[in-house]
Amino acid sequence: MKIHVTINGAAYERDVEPRTLLVHFLRDDCGQTGTHVGCDTSSCGCCVVVVDGDRAVKSCTMFAVQADGREIRTVEGLADGGTLHPLQQAFWDQHGLQCGYCTPGMLLTAYALLKHNPAPTDADIREGLAGNLCRCTGYQNIVKSVQQAAGTLGHPSAATA
Amino acid sequence: MSTEPKPGGSLGVAMKRKEDPRFIQGKGRYVDDISLPGMLHLAIVRSPYPHAGITSIDISEAMRVPGVRAVITGKDLEAAGLGWLPTFHGFDKQMVLAIGKVLFQYQEVAAVFAESRGAAADGAEAVHVEYAPLPVVTDPFAARTDQVILRPDREKKTNHIYHWEVGDKDATARALRTSPRRISQRIWFQRCHPAPLEPCGCVAQFDAMGRLQFYVTSQAPHVYRTALAIVTGIAEDKIHVISPDIGGGFGNKVPVYPGYVCAIVGALKLGRPVKWIESRTENLTSTGFARDYHMDVEIGATDDGRMTALHVATTADHGAFDAAADPTKYPAGMFGIVTGSYDVPAAHAEVDAYFTNKAPGGIAYRCSFRVTEASYAIERAMDILADELRMDPVEVRRKNFVRKDQFPYQSRLGFTYDSGDYQKALDVALEKIGYTELLKEQTAKRLRGELMGIGFSTFTEVVGAGPSKHFDILGIKMFDSAEIRIHPTGAGIVRTGTKSQGQGHETTWAQIVAEELGLDPQNIMVEEGDTDTAPYGLGTYASRSTPVAGGAIAMAARRVREKAKKVAAHLLEVGEADVEWQDYKFQVKGVPAKSVTMKEVAFAAYTNMSQNEPGLEASYYYDPPNMTFPSGCYVAVVDVDRETGEVKVRRFLAVDDCGIIINPLIVEGQIHGGLTEGFAIAFMQEIQYDSDGNNLNTNFTDYLLPTSLETPHWETAKVTTPSPHHPIGAKGVGESPNVGSPAAFVNAVIDALSPLGVRHLDMPITRDKVWRAIRAAEAKTALA
Repeated sequence: MKIHVTINGAAYERDVEPRTLLVHFLRDDCGQTGTHVGCDTSSCGCCVVVVDGDRAVKSCTMFAVQADGREIRTVEGLADGGTLHPLQQAFWDQHGLQCGYCTPGMLLTAYALLKHNPAPTDADIREGLAGNLCRCTGYQNIVKSVQQAAGTLGHPSAATA
Repeated sequence: MSTEPKPGGSLGVAMKRKEDPRFIQGKGRYVDDISLPGMLHLAIVRSPYPHAGITSIDISEAMRVPGVRAVITGKDLEAAGLGWLPTFHGFDKQMVLAIGKVLFQYQEVAAVFAESRGAAADGAEAVHVEYAPLPVVTDPFAARTDQVILRPDREKKTNHIYHWEVGDKDATARALRTSPRRISQRIWFQRCHPAPLEPCGCVAQFDAMGRLQFYVTSQAPHVYRTALAIVTGIAEDKIHVISPDIGGGFGNKVPVYPGYVCAIVGALKLGRPVKWIESRTENLTSTGFARDYHMDVEIGATDDGRMTALHVATTADHGAFDAAADPTKYPAGMFGIVTGSYDVPAAHAEVDAYFTNKAPGGIAYRCSFRVTEASYAIERAMDILADELRMDPVEVRRKNFVRKDQFPYQSRLGFTYDSGDYQKALDVALEKIGYTELLKEQTAKRLRGELMGIGFSTFTEVVGAGPSKHFDILGIKMFDSAEIRIHPTGAGIVRTGTKSQGQGHETTWAQIVAEELGLDPQNIMVEEGDTDTAPYGLGTYASRSTPVAGGAIAMAARRVREKAKKVAAHLLEVGEADVEWQDYKFQVKGVPAKSVTMKEVAFAAYTNMSQNEPGLEASYYYDPPNMTFPSGCYVAVVDVDRETGEVKVRRFLAVDDCGIIINPLIVEGQIHGGLTEGFAIAFMQEIQYDSDGNNLNTNFTDYLLPTSLETPHWETAKVTTPSPHHPIGAKGVGESPNVGSPAAFVNAVIDALSPLGVRHLDMPITRDKVWRAIRAAEAKTALA
């Protein structure tokens, strides 16, 4: 089936098998390998992308054909030219990653989280990231990273819970 | 805490990681990101049966699936002499694809090569295998009876793999017999799995020169190269192993798996690159599991709590093949560390391992070969001893600690502990956690029938394998290596035989070089994982990177410095004997005003070296004189809901002694991560098999990883006793939290339940298990 998908602002037109998952479309058909696969059961969140501006979606739960006509943002589209997105900067500053495999999904989930809740508490962040598994960090520095980014984006941190 | 790196003075700086920019921008390059022109995909047909003869394999329908190019079976591989794969420590071999019969559920039976991932999966579905089921043995204690012999391919017709022991058996038995007080407990460390978020995988290609280009998730690329040369007969110079970015390893990416061999065979046979990426289910069901040690622990003690003897007899479940990646001379790894932090006068440990119809493994999951099992056994047993003696577990520990003045300490089970200060770590922990207040709170709560527990683990681990006298894998001694080149402008590159999987080597290795040479760590590039360029090393596992490769880096840098000194002497116009290295510069002895920087010397080494050899580089193969012995005191505080059995970890404090710290940011991150894995093992993780041999935990909905919601907040602190034999005094830390924490969690839960008479529960301590224990205790009270 022929589909038109906008990925990080660029238009992609591809012919895909109906069974192709969005994550495999991004990785195999469009060469956007920043989005990762860590499980077979939509448990890990390594593949989270943002659909239509503010919806964090596990891209293994969507077929590529369902993305037809939509806008997808992946980790490759977070930085503004040479400037890192405040979330990227914060993950770096706060040591919010180790092996880096869950990081793209974490960043995109946090991106959508901050769109909906610009001044989250630590508990809000932990709840918001509960669909993204990390095997290396124990989440503590990830929570700090998201707090830093919330601050940078102009919303001072709410009381921590 | 300084976070700004500067030339020299780099050690102990919380420098931000140099590798992060690519990961936060989605530019990491993991193995599944590699796509080569003409690449085929490999899918593996796996057995639904845990033990069955293979009657027939019909590939005809699979070959008709569009896109399928080839199917190979065990018989094909056997004909090519590739039917079996030696396991790393050399005691056993493993089928690549099943030959004659299968020995565990999900075992590899056939390999399908196709034009796409989907076509390969379709092809695998269309391979028809007929099985004749055989009796299944899932319990190592049943395996012991040899009623069903699982491995008739072996010379000895028994399920018993090995007996290993260390210590003085008779003296220990005598001491136990005459001890006024004794405890004994069977303690099971359940079967679990490292489950890195990135599964295992590879891409195999024979290039235009017929050379194997092998991209693989390997924690030990050089060992892979040598193992592949031995297994395949390909000359080692025709094999190039590249470990790209790795999405977590934790020991799972040490062994060589059947999928790798199949990919190479397919690439050779079909003349095209082949990619194999396992699914999560394949990862959990067929690649290296960990633990599964049933440990019978006995401790003898005096009435006032002095240990007199320790005996541990372990029954180990190794699954279908003995694929534990232990050093050759240590089939039960470093289990001899089971005396832990305690000066026990008599000790004896023994391990008997058995085959069962389960996946092979027994790998060192975030631990230095069976150290976690040993540490858990002694730390759990110390609490049982305290309970028996009606003493505070803190006091029992304190009474038996190896004292600071006993180091270097010769343990009864053969290790020479390098350094430590266990009393101090305990004191720091008690003060920081507020032990006195917690005890008061607990007493008050117990009067009200509320369940609150405080659990300690004062562990010692042994890491950094290791001295060549004792340690090898497949005969290769367990040294590691570094090669440093300093460029004319004072920037440089360091290459090592290790391979980071998230540990931050690109930062810490640069910091060691920068510290030793007075250079800027931002301009020291680190390269690992490429066997064409990196010097030979044994890789990253068993917390050996800093203890072994870290030593190699420091020593190689010192060789660079020796060479640089000659050039410095030329620049300073004095004899070499009159030059000294002071404050990260070369100076004329006693004349700080007359000095040159390493940067200036580096430039001169290429432009104005006088009679000296041009260039500025050195390599060093470091054979460590001893292991290192990181230690710590961990404290967990839990509240248990009497009605539901739910356990809430209210606080957790980790006081670690990993010797000299290179980068505190990275060390803290490692501790957070390791504690989270320990938490998972204590409360939620087990690879279970039912009595028919079905694996019940085949994905992340059944094998749980903690999310941000369950994971407790971690508190950390440190004590520092430098390793006296390591070039920079470091000991390694990545595994301590995973080794030390399970006992702290379990001890806390049992402490909470102790008023009900509960003395032990095996992990994972699920809500259900706690609830049942509480109900059983209440029923008993009601009857009494």
